[in-house]
Amino acid sequence: MPTVAPLDLSAFCIAACWLGDVPHFALADGTVHRLDHGHKAVEAHDGLAAARPSQDNKTLVTGGEDGKVLALSAGGTASELGNAGSKWITAVAAGPQGAVAWAAGRSAFVRLPNGTVKEFQHPRTVEDIAFAPKGMRIAVARYNGATLHFPATDGKPAELEWAGAHTGVTFSPDGQYLVTAMQENALHGWKLADGKHMRMAGYPAKVKSMSWGPKGRWLASSGAPAAIVWPFQAKDGPMGKAPLELGTRGDQMVSTVAFHPRDEVVAIGFADGMVLAARCADQKEVLLRRPGKGAVTSMAWDNEGRRIAFGSEAGDCGVIDISS
Amino acid sequence: MPEAANPQSPAPLPVTVLTGYLGSGKTTLLNRILSEDHGKRYAVIVNEFGEIGIDNDLIVESDEEIYEMNNGCVCCTVRGDLIRTVEGLMRRPNRFDAILVETTGLADPAPVAQTFFMDDDVRSKTRLDAVVALVDAKHLPLRLKDSKEAEDQIAFADVVVLNKTDLVSEDELAQVEATVRAINPAARIHKTERSGVALTEVLDRGAFDLSRALENDPHFLDPEDDHHPEHDHECGPDCDHGHHHHASDIHDVSVQSVSLRAGEMDPKKFFPWIEKTTQIDGPNILRLKGIIALKDDPDRYVVQGVHMILEGDHQRAWKDGETHESRLVLIGRDLDAERLKRTFEACQA
Repeated sequence: MPTVAPLDLSAFCIAACWLGDVPHFALADGTVHRLDHGHKAVEAHDGLAAARPSQDNKTLVTGGEDGKVLALSAGGTASELGNAGSKWITAVAAGPQGAVAWAAGRSAFVRLPNGTVKEFQHPRTVEDIAFAPKGMRIAVARYNGATLHFPATDGKPAELEWAGAHTGVTFSPDGQYLVTAMQENALHGWKLADGKHMRMAGYPAKVKSMSWGPKGRWLASSGAPAAIVWPFQAKDGPMGKAPLELGTRGDQMVSTVAFHPRDEVVAIGFADGMVLAARCADQKEVLLRRPGKGAVTSMAWDNEGRRIAFGSEAGDCGVIDISS
Repeated sequence: MPEAANPQSPAPLPVTVLTGYLGSGKTTLLNRILSEDHGKRYAVIVNEFGEIGIDNDLIVESDEEIYEMNNGCVCCTVRGDLIRTVEGLMRRPNRFDAILVETTGLADPAPVAQTFFMDDDVRSKTRLDAVVALVDAKHLPLRLKDSKEAEDQIAFADVVVLNKTDLVSEDELAQVEATVRAINPAARIHKTERSGVALTEVLDRGAFDLSRALENDPHFLDPEDDHHPEHDHECGPDCDHGHHHHASDIHDVSVQSVSLRAGEMDPKKFFPWIEKTTQIDGPNILRLKGIIALKDDPDRYVVQGVHMILEGDHQRAWKDGETHESRLVLIGRDLDAERLKRTFEACQA
């Protein structure tokens, strides 16, 4: 039986994640909470807008409405990586060897492992940033497509065009595909080797959450009353294939998805706060958490794949242990 | 406590859109809204930080960014920056009671308004209260000459604050008011100096709220009132001078309004008609407002629209002695008034 250790906080959870073995909850009010031998909290920002853990899971990169970009260590000490003044930091990303990227207005900034910061200006707002799994490369989601930059060299950016507003972006774990979430209830993908387009549409709502399965064989997404899980095993990705629909509920939308680190099992968070886990192979479901106070906004598995840190719009956060 | 009963959908926050050219008195009005004691806390989304002299955490800068929706409809545009900023603000909703969006004089008001109807996330958390246009009485004629936006902002407005009236003569003011009225016969006009309009006339208007829309609009409810003597016509069935003449005698105005009147409507004819009309003429329709009398229906039916977005609902019962009459005002460009009139009247029961 899964157990839930609740942590009732009072603000919108931007990111639930793990630093080492310690669950962290970054809230929109600017505080970052952790369960490390008891509940501890630090005030990081005057309004927190984005947060993602570093690739080595040792620091949490946060961006605020105060224009600051911080790296928070597991002990709660913050160091400032960047400052955009009066602009909100609307997205952050963590890359290889401690590289960090953030978005402020129409600029994307990359802080390389050696500490130099490079700015990449765009004609339109930078909606989201992602690092490629290998090499020093970032993708920027923007209006009418995505742009790839190579911050370590002064190489020319590569433009990937597709009409419409792209609001989220992620690389597949093998670096073969780039997928964006769009304003109009669809995902768009590019096979990076040949630029081939992949259109994944049919969602009743905007996709706000995407998560790759182990070895990049699946891509789970929110935006429907079920987790929509696209198969990426074939050479052209999901083209011509129907996605799996996992954890279907008649009356509630999926708000967050998080794949298990090793098994083909996806944790599915709903608009009413419920969390299920479902397996790709047989679509079997397990209830992990009953409905709560608000939509699940973020979930993350620990390294062992045993516990899930989750947070909600209303601030009712917690840790689900599936092994007990 | 309603919040406890329905934790997932607290009451949507009202949003007021403030449009107007640089120098129209917009910043003065904004500063009044931020500093006067009216019991409400406002979050303000501005395009330019510099102008406001008040230090306030809840003033957010946002670069105008228009997104065309990928659905083949040219008028389906939203403001991407507003979606992002409103979403960000709504993550900490306890800090304010309402949102004010200030747009520059060059901004197209349609995508601003449409954001609050077309984006599901924004729509679920906020409601558009009214579009307020500040107009500089002295410089309006000049503005209309050199920009389409000045006209669009008036055409789009629920409330027009005709400001700086002390800088023009009585005749000039009458002329400017006639121009505003010609562009938008459905808006409320307030003549002021130094943006001295009562804030209750600007805030919490419910102009897009179907249960309240048109209730506070004497011009609309009572077109027979002699509110605009410079246009002494009634657009009744005998009207033979073409409805587009609303704009024809005013220089530099390309927006026209078409006022339609008829008796009780056959719902089987009216609903397909209004849907078709907004589909076909949507790109040219800036705003649409109407009260419809449906046959055998004790309630008034109200409609309002922005381009191709159309909303309608039963509002309230017809009062005793009220004429069961259907009225519709369309404000836009290149509208075929004769066709609209003919087809509207053909929907009568």
